[in-house]
Amino acid sequence: MMIHYDLVVIGGGSAGLAAAISAYDQGIRKIIILEKDPYLGGILLQCIHNGFGLHQFKTEMSGPEYAEKYIEELKTRAIEYRTTAMVLKITPELEVHYSNANDGYQIIKAKAIICATGCSERTRGAISIPGDRVAGVMTAGQAQRYLNIEGYMVGKKVFILGSGDIGLIMARRMVLEGAEVLGVAEIMPYSNGLNRNIVQCLQDYHIPLYLHHTVKKIIGKERVEKIILGEVDDNFQFIPGHDKEFVIDTLLLSVGLIPSNPLLENIGIAIHPKTKGPIVDESLQTSIPGIFACGNGLHVHDLVDFVSGEGERAGIFASRYIKGELQAKQENLILEAKNGISYIMPSKINLNHVDQVLLSFRVAKPYLNVYLKVSLNGKEIKKIKKLYLLPAEMESLVLNKDILQAGTLTLEVLDA
Amino acid sequence: MFDVIIIGAGVNGAFVAYRLAKYQLNVLVIEKESDVANETSGANSAIIHSGYDPNPNTLKAKLNVIGNRLYDDICHDLDVEFKRIGSITIACNEEEIAVLDNLTKNAIHNKVPFTILDEHQVREIEPFVTTKAKKALFAPTSGIINPFELCVGLMENAMDNGVKLHLEEEVKHIVNLEKGYQVITNKETYQAKIVVNAAGVFADEINNMVNPHQEKIIPRKGEYMVFDHFTEPYVTHTLFSVPTSRGKGVLVTPSTHGNYLIGPSSIFVGEKDDESTSKETLNEVIEQAYRLVDKIPMNHLIRQFAGLRAYHESNDFVINQPIPGFINLLGMQSPGLASAPATSLEVEAMVKEQLDLVDKENYQKTRRPLYRLNKKTLAERSKLIKQNPQFANMICRCEQISEGEIVDAIHRNCGARTVKGVKKRVRPGFGKCQGGFCEPLVMKILARELNIDMNDVRFNNKGSYILKNKTKGEHDDTL
Repeated sequence: MMIHYDLVVIGGGSAGLAAAISAYDQGIRKIIILEKDPYLGGILLQCIHNGFGLHQFKTEMSGPEYAEKYIEELKTRAIEYRTTAMVLKITPELEVHYSNANDGYQIIKAKAIICATGCSERTRGAISIPGDRVAGVMTAGQAQRYLNIEGYMVGKKVFILGSGDIGLIMARRMVLEGAEVLGVAEIMPYSNGLNRNIVQCLQDYHIPLYLHHTVKKIIGKERVEKIILGEVDDNFQFIPGHDKEFVIDTLLLSVGLIPSNPLLENIGIAIHPKTKGPIVDESLQTSIPGIFACGNGLHVHDLVDFVSGEGERAGIFASRYIKGELQAKQENLILEAKNGISYIMPSKINLNHVDQVLLSFRVAKPYLNVYLKVSLNGKEIKKIKKLYLLPAEMESLVLNKDILQAGTLTLEVLDA
Repeated sequence: MFDVIIIGAGVNGAFVAYRLAKYQLNVLVIEKESDVANETSGANSAIIHSGYDPNPNTLKAKLNVIGNRLYDDICHDLDVEFKRIGSITIACNEEEIAVLDNLTKNAIHNKVPFTILDEHQVREIEPFVTTKAKKALFAPTSGIINPFELCVGLMENAMDNGVKLHLEEEVKHIVNLEKGYQVITNKETYQAKIVVNAAGVFADEINNMVNPHQEKIIPRKGEYMVFDHFTEPYVTHTLFSVPTSRGKGVLVTPSTHGNYLIGPSSIFVGEKDDESTSKETLNEVIEQAYRLVDKIPMNHLIRQFAGLRAYHESNDFVINQPIPGFINLLGMQSPGLASAPATSLEVEAMVKEQLDLVDKENYQKTRRPLYRLNKKTLAERSKLIKQNPQFANMICRCEQISEGEIVDAIHRNCGARTVKGVKKRVRPGFGKCQGGFCEPLVMKILARELNIDMNDVRFNNKGSYILKNKTKGEHDDTL
């Protein structure tokens, strides 16, 4: 009944594809990708706008083109994959349970597992938007799927709450398909999307961005009919008398992405309180040996190129684990996010495993003209000048092993 | 000519239909919504109360206690999720202890089994009770139920036994004929010997169409918060607070799905379709919930909802027959759900006084069980998949629901016709993604199985469209 593979990759999106390819290139031969959708490529396939591949391929591509590059690479290697195959459960003993119409309910025993399960969008319920429970309130990604995969428009008079990148992309996309986009609201005093999207998706189409605003109430009988938009002060309290009413038929939400890890959470793998992804070490290994994580399931990235890069690294480390080259978990360097830093990934490092350390992090709010200070056991070891740091952008930092030693590494923002 | 027309397919309408389906009667249920259990019965605490709460000698007390006892057999026959997890009513100070002592007197009078717990005992059986708890009333017969499954199960069984259900049909007039009644809807005119008014918050309007004694039902809104299931332990009993000067109190409870529910508020509202939630009220609910627990899993919050309860000025249930053959169920607010098995027996007895009730020969007592793949063993699951590969095609990632289960929910009697209907029956859309991932797949299945276009698949009632138009091939702006 049980079948055996060296490596099971859960998720055939950008992270999973890159992970499987790099593991194969490291010499691992019995690899299988399990993908819940009927096709490989993941969410990239509904991202038909351009802007992908600038880092990985030095050229600008659409999401499906970017995915196709990896799928072509995959198909030149003897890597197995199943589509419409949902993983229902994994175990600490590295069993993977999945279900698929051809294979039935199948259990795989793996030597290593890479979780590349992506993220999900925060919903109306998660942020408690008050008002009537009507149709026509959905996440921007859901509307994107209806439009770009299924070929249906969800509405004609649209308002968008949240300035996340999917919301901005969808503002432009809905206009191009003939909808009227009345505005985008963001509760923070700054946008949560990439600057290029603010310019190319909102400003170029004269779509107003209401900063420090949020939806106070959704009104409608069966479908949303209007919203009340309120302005908030610095403490996020509504300012009386500053309400605006918009007559709409659709409210799209782009209010944040959360790594989607029910498989990991169900077996008690430690979750990072900030990223909501698993806590990992320098090898992207979770608290259970042999289970690795990468991509937006680990922490939400800004660009797919970095997701692919992280997938490649997960593939390399999982290969080393399978070959027995990774020692038992012995982290000796703990990473600590301080003043102005929202989180650092990984959370801990075994210095014996690496020649250099790649840190990914995000800042908690926008900064102009500041320094990034890196300290080891309380002593400054590096100070980097930054013209700006934005929460919307994932930052990274490479540190050579020669300046590191066991202890605590701290990262913080210093005013210039 | 119908023997009985039941107006309303909430839990009371469905229960009456289920009771009468045993007999050789021609029964029609008329419901204005797109599905059964679409209003009060689908938006409540989903608790089968033990019966210590209602004042002794009220109809509420009588029917609650009887109704509670009847649930095990009914849920077994209809394959409805029901668990007697017990309730704990908590008092944290002298004022609350005084109220608790009064409730204890009710419990004795109403003959409801209970135990009084001190501050140590209560934390022994429920470690998540607030550390402020001083005394508690434990009622072991209190239970949690899946209210959607209950109403669907009752109506499905009634329909399996020949009862007819007309959805999206609204009663406009009722005429008292010499023998029986004429019921005029927005679609048709029917005649019936007996009319049962189970219209919930609209029951006054139905009564007032035919009964010279005008009634008034005031909708009382209750707002709730729903939390996702999670792996860490949390409350395993239904926790109630007692009404005091600090507020009416709310409950914290697990649901039959492994979610958690906190609520309700209690506010009289003017509109019978006002099911909106508000920030202020939900903040108040959270504050009240802290009288019961020290920790609320706010990071697992997935949904808020509101339901309306039918309040009658008597503050009791009113089951009467103001004109022969016209039976009213008025003011069926909490504990209406717990009482419904007994309420429907009262109605059955009233029908029996007027019609000859002859048993049906081929009466089906049980309904075909649901597949519930999640609860099956590996072998059972593999066997089902061999019979039908749709059971291997997983649609809902959060709740792990297969295509086969959704198709089954559509094709049963009282089957799902809408996205919400599928959600109520087999749960895709109930989880963390709230339908973000699975809704397009559910819509495709509904379109295919009902042989309609994706465009015409609705979320709920008429007007609740999800898709506006196709981008290629056709443009329809008339919607």
